[in-house]
Amino acid sequence: MSMTELFLLFVSSIFVHNILLSRFLGCCPFMGVSSKLKTAQGMGAAVVFVIVLASLMTWLTYNYLLVPLHLEYLYTLSFILVIAALVQFVELALKKLNPVLYKSLGIFLPLITTNCAVLGVAVLNMNEGYGLAASLVNAFGSSLGFLLAISLMAGIRERIEENDGIPDSLQGLPMALITAGLMSIAFMGFTGIIK
Amino acid sequence: MNIMHVMVAPLALMGIMGGVFGALLAVASIVFRVHQDERIGKIRAALPGANCGGCGYPGCDGYASGVVNDGAPVNKCSVGGAKVAEIIAGIMGVEAGASVPVRAFLKCKGTCEASPRQLTYEGIQDCRSAVTVPGGSPNACPFGCVGLGTCVSVCQFGALSMGDDGLPKVDVSKCVGCGACVENCPKGMFTLVPVTADVIIACNSHWKGPAVKSVCSAGCIGCTLCEKKCPKQAITMDHDLAVIDQSKCIKCGICAKVCPAKCIKTGEKYTVMEKSA
Repeated sequence: MSMTELFLLFVSSIFVHNILLSRFLGCCPFMGVSSKLKTAQGMGAAVVFVIVLASLMTWLTYNYLLVPLHLEYLYTLSFILVIAALVQFVELALKKLNPVLYKSLGIFLPLITTNCAVLGVAVLNMNEGYGLAASLVNAFGSSLGFLLAISLMAGIRERIEENDGIPDSLQGLPMALITAGLMSIAFMGFTGIIK
Repeated sequence: MNIMHVMVAPLALMGIMGGVFGALLAVASIVFRVHQDERIGKIRAALPGANCGGCGYPGCDGYASGVVNDGAPVNKCSVGGAKVAEIIAGIMGVEAGASVPVRAFLKCKGTCEASPRQLTYEGIQDCRSAVTVPGGSPNACPFGCVGLGTCVSVCQFGALSMGDDGLPKVDVSKCVGCGACVENCPKGMFTLVPVTADVIIACNSHWKGPAVKSVCSAGCIGCTLCEKKCPKQAITMDHDLAVIDQSKCIKCGICAKVCPAKCIKTGEKYTVMEKSA
């Protein structure tokens, strides 16, 4: 892939194919951890960290382990194994090597182990047949898209909380779901800027 | 060859991957072990291990590290009380300070009889779920006890039970004041009162008198009679709900006698619990 193609892939993975708002992966934290802007950003940062690392590891697993052994069909199982072990390992290592980063990401790391966005990006990379560079760019872009979407959502929800005009039956989660739908429609506007 | 490839290879690969990752994690947990302050272990051993969260930290481990690392007060453990506070103070080398034990108290007298149920709720039998119905409660009074017993299920000490009248009962001899019910009640029906308190307002409604009367015969109507009759000015009104300042209350019980709604509870003999103070 040329530099231009990589750049286009980067932009499209953030906006056009936003992992939350157009691929609808990882919606659980999008609803669950988006009520405060600060925690949403912590979650987003942890997701960026884990998705990039996990994409690297799963790409290596797929291309240097599963393909030579003709066991491609085991990708789901082995990806989950790799991601779970990786997150555990990173958590242990961070605790020792960088306690400050551990404090800000720590509680979110175990949550991400089972997040479908992480597995989703790994599987997408595989299905699209991306090389290592393209996989990493796609992973970084997708996870930045996650950070962007969850931060926007948290910002909006913080303001909605202040609003007294919302009917009783719509307060809280119902309003958040409607907001998510509207945001998703807004992001449809990006469709077409890149083929 | 076929059998080899179809059966053995996947099993072997997954087995090896699992084994390697397991070994890696085992090594990592040794290599990256974080050396803890030894006082944390000592404090943890002194704590009762109820993991109730009453101190505001996630479990006894969280509180032990909170005391050492974040300078949390040593007398926060309501289960262990003064005895544990003293041990922790000894480990940390500070004064324990006074800690009056507290107990849970239900701020509601809205029994099935006094406050009729407005609609039959047939969803998940949990107060936290029931309050999501429009209006905020299946009962007529939106401030009152929902009566589905969420507090009973979250109490780890078996101190709460549902009475026949639709309200939970606190067994003060079992309650340790951890505050789990206070946190989990979606209506905020519980409050922690010092065991020395004897006169407490048993209502949570901030509505005006006529509105309260229309939904409950035992609710505070905000008549201010108790405020006027209190010899120590211990009672103030907060939006049509009487509030007692326990530090000023002399337990004379005059307010309970004059209250037309009879929503001030007295004589529950919380004082017998003082032995653990």
